[in-house]
Amino acid sequence: MIEVKDLTYSYDNDEGVSEIVLKEINLNIKKGEFVAVLGHNGSGKSTFAKHLNAIYLPLGGKVVIDGIDTSDPDKLWDIRSMVGMVFQNPDNQIVASIVEEDVAFAPENLSVPPEEIRKRVDDALEAVGMSEYKNHAPHMLSGGQKQRVAIAGIIAMKPDIIVMDEPTAMLDPIGRREVIKTIEDLNQKFGITIVLITHNMDEAVKAQRVVVIDAGRVLIDDTPRNVFKNVEMIRSIGLDVPQATMLAHELIKEGFDIRDDVLTVDECTEEIYKLCQ
Amino acid sequence: MLKDITLGQYFPLNSPIHKLDPRFKIMFTLAFIVLVFFADSVPAYLGIGVFLGFVIKLSKIKARIVLKSAKPLMFIIIFTAIINLFLTGGDNVVFQWKFLKITETGIVNAVNMALRLLFLVMGSSLLTYTTSPIMLTDGIERLLSPFAGIGLPAHELAMMMTIALRFIPTLLEETEKIIMAQKARGADFESGNIFKRAKALIPVLVPLFISSFRRADELATAMECRCYRGGKNRTSLKQLKINGNDWIALSAMLVFAAWIVVCDVFNLNIMGY
Repeated sequence: MIEVKDLTYSYDNDEGVSEIVLKEINLNIKKGEFVAVLGHNGSGKSTFAKHLNAIYLPLGGKVVIDGIDTSDPDKLWDIRSMVGMVFQNPDNQIVASIVEEDVAFAPENLSVPPEEIRKRVDDALEAVGMSEYKNHAPHMLSGGQKQRVAIAGIIAMKPDIIVMDEPTAMLDPIGRREVIKTIEDLNQKFGITIVLITHNMDEAVKAQRVVVIDAGRVLIDDTPRNVFKNVEMIRSIGLDVPQATMLAHELIKEGFDIRDDVLTVDECTEEIYKLCQ
Repeated sequence: MLKDITLGQYFPLNSPIHKLDPRFKIMFTLAFIVLVFFADSVPAYLGIGVFLGFVIKLSKIKARIVLKSAKPLMFIIIFTAIINLFLTGGDNVVFQWKFLKITETGIVNAVNMALRLLFLVMGSSLLTYTTSPIMLTDGIERLLSPFAGIGLPAHELAMMMTIALRFIPTLLEETEKIIMAQKARGADFESGNIFKRAKALIPVLVPLFISSFRRADELATAMECRCYRGGKNRTSLKQLKINGNDWIALSAMLVFAAWIVVCDVFNLNIMGY
């Protein structure tokens, strides 16, 4: 579905020196996968995300979506409608002053007939659980609700892939939970391929696969369990591991005999319980 | 709170006036404004009053609210009336004190101007009271679209209005946040004369501008991600449909227009006014 081959990208900084942001990234993402891309600020993860729907075009290598090269100018709108993108700040993605009008924005742009738009808008709002707010003004909604409206706006485009660029970074814990739940639903119920860019470890744990990017390169690409096992390495590049993993790691260091690939609080509780028996 | 300001003040009620096609409503309002300036006799003003009263009644909006809409313009209305009252020449002097002179024509002109302005404000407020901003921009876009052929960017204008309306509450909220942040650091917005206070607002406006530009940039990217490429071939969720009520309203409007024109042409009046 998504094929990234030797993707390289750089830009000229203020002093005119070329700075390399992405260096020979190779990645294949299959249909229906839920992939989390981790990296600290400035690691190039956002730049990488923007290559997936031709906002940026590769300077070296290529990005192929479902057989279409993103640098093909004739197919630009096919790529954009196939790969939806959700950004950090929901306020800056919502165009219209009524929820359903905003969700209709993308299908309107794609010349979808009005009856079909109606159906898509209703379905999209249903999918994110915002149907009852369809006539509300976006600025009266909470952060999590706004972000779900923004996601509905993307679903209405009927994309195969949704790239989320830190969609929960500006939300409170409740909004964060709502949005993550929505993302999981989209992946499981609707089979939409999800690429979640994040620096929140507890979100990354929900993915099937975690790709860690550091200094413009792919450092690890594995299941969350195998990735977070490497506590020292993850921490050395300025990232954290889930709290449960951290606790297990500290316990192992103290000589206790428990599993080293604990991810969730439940697993951790179970391990400690076993230890106590 | 700043963000409680509702711009254009739309009252979402369920009335026949609310349901009229926005294109018709916009045209009616323009016609109304023109007709109001034709009126200059008691029967004509009565006609306007009855017509406006009838529309207000149908719209289910309280007459008090519509009357209140003229309040912000009261100063201008009174000012215009006073200017007309004292500065109109004429032979029939009613009152004179030193250089101040009130003539009969002056009184007539003052009353004329005050009534016209009052009706004008009330009539146009009714448009925004009964039409949601989205419908309004939609209507304007459709009305302007015939001129797109001669280079008028109808869609772009409507899109700009939509985005402006969308971001007014967001930016107000942000302004409030910046003001609070500055106050927390000892900024003083309340004391001093008007110049001092205006100057105190500079540290509020600078961050507001910067963040607006950042927002605009992000919004543009988000719009591109949602396949926005201008108005060409765009479809619309809400189709504007002209139905029976619109034609009834049009007939009512024509009767009203005919009355004003008749009053004007045949100089209908009551006791010479």
